[in-house]
Amino acid sequence: MSLKTWKELPIGCVVSDPGSASEYHTGSWRSQRPTWDNAKCIKCGICYIYCPEGCVQQTEDGFFQADLDYCKGCGICAHECWPRAIKMEEE
Amino acid sequence: MIEVRWHGRGGQGAVTSVELLAVSAIAAGKYAQGFPSFGPERRGAPVAAFTRIDDKKINVRSGIYKPDVVLVLDSSLIGLVNVTEGLKPDGKLIVNTHKTPEEIRKALNYTGTLAIVDGTGIARKEMGVPIANTTMIGALLKVIGVMELDAMKDAIEHRFGRIAQKNLNAMKRAYDEIKIYN
Amino acid sequence: MGKRIGMEVAIAVAEAVGLCDIDMAAVYPITPQSHIAEHLSDLVANGEIDAEFVTVESEHSAMSAVIGASGAGARAFTATSSQGLMLMHELLPIASAMRLPICMAIANRAVSGPLNILNDHTDIMPQRDCGWIALFVENGQEAIDLSIQAFKIAEHKDVMLPVCVNIDGFQLTHMVEPFEMPSKEEVDKFLPPFVPHATLHPAKPVTMGAFAMSDYFTEIMKAKDEALKSSKKVILEVWDEWAKLFGRSYKPVETYKADDADVLMLTMGSMGETAQMAIDELRAKGVKAGLVKLRMWRPFPFEEIKAAIKNAKKLIVTDRAITFGGPGGPVFAEIKSAMCTETQRPLIYNYIYGLGGRDVPVGDFVGMFEKVLADTENKAVGTYEFWGVRE
Repeated sequence: MSLKTWKELPIGCVVSDPGSASEYHTGSWRSQRPTWDNAKCIKCGICYIYCPEGCVQQTEDGFFQADLDYCKGCGICAHECWPRAIKMEEE
Repeated sequence: MIEVRWHGRGGQGAVTSVELLAVSAIAAGKYAQGFPSFGPERRGAPVAAFTRIDDKKINVRSGIYKPDVVLVLDSSLIGLVNVTEGLKPDGKLIVNTHKTPEEIRKALNYTGTLAIVDGTGIARKEMGVPIANTTMIGALLKVIGVMELDAMKDAIEHRFGRIAQKNLNAMKRAYDEIKIYN
Repeated sequence: MGKRIGMEVAIAVAEAVGLCDIDMAAVYPITPQSHIAEHLSDLVANGEIDAEFVTVESEHSAMSAVIGASGAGARAFTATSSQGLMLMHELLPIASAMRLPICMAIANRAVSGPLNILNDHTDIMPQRDCGWIALFVENGQEAIDLSIQAFKIAEHKDVMLPVCVNIDGFQLTHMVEPFEMPSKEEVDKFLPPFVPHATLHPAKPVTMGAFAMSDYFTEIMKAKDEALKSSKKVILEVWDEWAKLFGRSYKPVETYKADDADVLMLTMGSMGETAQMAIDELRAKGVKAGLVKLRMWRPFPFEEIKAAIKNAKKLIVTDRAITFGGPGGPVFAEIKSAMCTETQRPLIYNYIYGLGGRDVPVGDFVGMFEKVLADTENKAVGTYEFWGVRE
């Protein structure tokens, strides 16, 4: 992608394409991924609430998983999960 | 151009008077400025306010140091503030007081033109309050004569509404009763 | 043409802004600006203008609120002085980078410390590089006219920049004086509705004020500089239109008896008219003195200033602020740098005066001319002096 010149910048550098940040797959930064042990999961949703990326999703059966396109592997979900259902595994 | 310095105390309405006078003079087709002595305002503290009136556009924006006329709204300031400071040799001093001209001349060591009226007495009788700021506009206009007393009507009515007439009556009495001693 | 009326200038500025169909104002009161805030809030409270008056708890919040409102597409106004402007400082470059056409009246007042509430230009000078259009006025009429023009300039599609109108505190804001107030119909004819370049709206979401790293920051700064420079063309067009509609003309640099002058003085703001009287006194004595008044501080009118001063032998630049430990006054520094590449230029002197409200009567201006003319060996050229300082 070629960078814009100063003349090509929109006035005030307004980003007029909503949700364009989703094109940036921050999951590529990840060195560890969260994995859920659904036998221990009580479906409390604390992982969903705490995920700073908003990439934890609830599946139809009520358990949780991370969208690995955006999960940076920060481990907050695993830290907060008090039944210890989430483990961080090396990529 | 006529330059007037007003002496009063915070709360006595000197600033209101210079505003009403300037607004009225402008409405009467003159050029005028009205401004306070810039700074913090404190009730009861000695304050000054200023008026410039001319037939042509006024450019000067600095303070007034050599007034043509000094108007003292509150004679208790005499001795406290040097009210005649910078007054031109042919200038005029107007004092709101019930004292005699001799007493004022002696207190100020002043020999120039002196005009005296008991503005506070008039204000008390006409309006029931001892606030002589609008009353003394009448006294001033008699002395400087740049415009008719009627020119004040609109500004006074706009400002004071239902008590405007009392202010106008007091102003008229001061205009009629002020005595000028050369 | 309107009728000449008398009114306090700060009140008149609020009245003028009230004619401009503003959608919102967020103003925090501070002396000597407060009468603008008070009167504008009266106009809103009395239903005389249909706008939101947002009461804020600081000037930082006032500027934040007008940025938000302007981003949402509102015609937004604020006003401040001194410490209030300093508190806004952090947000000023953001407003201009987001290209939000906010208009602000500044009742110029000395910056603390020590605490002082009176007039000089030490509040606006530290905001010089924030990317705002900065204009100065010298009387009540100009304060009213430029307060209205500011919206048209700011909102022009080729400008989209915030504008501040600098009105000397007390000397102008607290003065009852005569002027013509345009009518609502006249202002409606002059000022078209605001068409924002983008708006914050749920139906069409956009991001304003996004992050930019080194790969884009330089280009963004360049774009902002070009926008500010090219705003001059629009300002001149607006002033032309104003002259046609109202018969009062404005120029980036105004002159008074300057064409054949040997020695010129340059002022900015309310000192101009008093200095004019000094010119008349000097002319009466046979001194070929003239005056140059700088109205447009940003964008800086290089061509006009060069044309106005190049033929004089000596130029006295007056400043109401100082860049401590630097080249003297900020206007002086600007004029010197504008002229340094010119082969024909006057010898330039600098007096710093009128600080913290110190009065400058006509005689002081005459004194400055006399002092510069007495410097026959040009010893004080290029230096600055605090006029009237007690040694």
